[in-house]
Amino acid sequence: MNNKDWRNLGLAALGLAIAACLPLSGNGYYLTIGVTIAMYTVLATSWALFSGPTHYISLATAAFYGLGTYVVAMGIDDVPYVILLVIALGVGAIAAGLVGLATLRLSGVYFVIFTLGLAEMTRQVVTWIQSNWGGHQGNYVLTDITEEMIYWQLLAVAACVYLVGWLIGRSRLGFALKIIGNDEVVAAHSGINTARSKVILFMVSGMVAALVGAILAPRWTYIEPSMAFSPMLSFQVVIMALLGGVNRLWGPLVGVIPFTLLWEAVSISFPNQTLLLMGVAFLLIVYAIPHGFVGLIEKYNARFRGDG
Amino acid sequence: MDILITGLLLGGIYALMAMGLSLQYGVARIMNLANGEMLVVGAFAAFWFYTVAEISPLISVFLISPVVFFANWLIYRFMLQPLVKRSKSQGQLEVDSILATFGMSFILVGLMVAVFGGDYFNYTFLAKPVDILGNTYAANRLVAFGMAILIGSLLYLWLNFTRPGMAMRAVSVNPDAAGLAGIDVQRMSALAFALGGAVTAIGGGFISTFQTMDASIGILFTMKALIIVIMGGVGDIRGTILAALVLGLLETFIATVIDPGLTLAAAYLVFILVLLFRPQGMFGRKPS
Repeated sequence: MNNKDWRNLGLAALGLAIAACLPLSGNGYYLTIGVTIAMYTVLATSWALFSGPTHYISLATAAFYGLGTYVVAMGIDDVPYVILLVIALGVGAIAAGLVGLATLRLSGVYFVIFTLGLAEMTRQVVTWIQSNWGGHQGNYVLTDITEEMIYWQLLAVAACVYLVGWLIGRSRLGFALKIIGNDEVVAAHSGINTARSKVILFMVSGMVAALVGAILAPRWTYIEPSMAFSPMLSFQVVIMALLGGVNRLWGPLVGVIPFTLLWEAVSISFPNQTLLLMGVAFLLIVYAIPHGFVGLIEKYNARFRGDG
Repeated sequence: MDILITGLLLGGIYALMAMGLSLQYGVARIMNLANGEMLVVGAFAAFWFYTVAEISPLISVFLISPVVFFANWLIYRFMLQPLVKRSKSQGQLEVDSILATFGMSFILVGLMVAVFGGDYFNYTFLAKPVDILGNTYAANRLVAFGMAILIGSLLYLWLNFTRPGMAMRAVSVNPDAAGLAGIDVQRMSALAFALGGAVTAIGGGFISTFQTMDASIGILFTMKALIIVIMGGVGDIRGTILAALVLGLLETFIATVIDPGLTLAAAYLVFILVLLFRPQGMFGRKPS
């Protein structure tokens, strides 16, 4: 580690410490927004870990998130909460592994299409299983876990995701993924097991999504399939990550904060226009800012330095 | 027997919407995820014509399709062609076109919700019972199936026995070589994209005669059309029709025998089998 790494680590720790003080403000509204931002930060950053280098657009976030939520919803009465979180991690990893094995050996289009309907398909299966063997559709989740605790848990997960992302970036796996993203044929010819590398990283992002779903489950008191598997979540995560920029580890964060605030504002004043907002955001990403806010910042930075 | 006929009728409709997508992806190389929304636009228009102006869907689809054709041509020409030009590789184009068409699909849904509201809509058209082999079926489904066969055959004949059709197939096989042979690739791609959109909208018009729809249902149709196109092999009309019939049969079977809530799961089952065993499509050859 060189000086720059230490400086970045220090800055990250400082940022985390400041973020951790938010519940002390005592303002419930800020805390609610804080939980939402923390949740999307974790989801978008872990999404970018996989989709950033490989350019495979995953829309499976909602499916894994919903599975995590459901693990808690079904087990909260019988199993300690901490163990449920571990189970959620495992379920997320297994589900992502299976999806990855089925689709990641093929070209990117198949992967996108497969993940597009995954949340809806999982919802259908969970509903079917519950109504045939579970006896009822929804579950009550009654715990004494408060909003503050959810927030701190999410911050801890965020710290872990950043650490893992940083480690992957320095590892052979991260290097392999960058080559795969540039040219998959070249990667295969230089002896990289492309399918295995992609599946491993996809499992990491699936695990994180499931864990986040599990952590947020106590926020709702009653959980039913159509709430847990909301396909919108996948799209929001994609937009936030791409809007921020996926080539830097901190990029998604730059997209999450403004988009979450904008989303909150629009859904309060014009609840029917959130779809339009999403559509416009997608077009913006493609036509105006293909490298996200981070790309813009870096472009102006470079110009500024070039002039000075 | 009942399952067989209902399934085939459903499959015929699926074939119609998937043919549109197959043209768009096979020739214009655009993975159009707003395809299902075009279908809903067609359905909305047919509904509007029938309830407001009392024009039968059999006539109104032919009023709608030129408009949709032109709209899709504009979309290709001004929004997607720049992406085709700037992309350095097929992979880059796929990512860009997927994101762009997602954007369009959300905007279309948003506009439809804003204009018509988010309610379900349906109307009664030709809901007379028809007796086939001892079971009764609604006449509107039979009409829709007949139209699907008619349009499918026309498209097949046009692609295989006319000069523009041949040019279109050439672009689908290899755009670069087609350009060298004197085919205007950009024009053909725009034409294919527009034609695909129009065919899908016609499909939507017929589906609306027997199915209740709402503004946000498009994505489900997109999903099914995508699975059908992959199963049938990209750009292969025969394969698309066969795949659509298979999916229609399987869905009807699972909805009748196991649970009507599992139709998408049924589609996924087919999808996984195709991905594992025949990713190149039913009639496709293995890439060497």
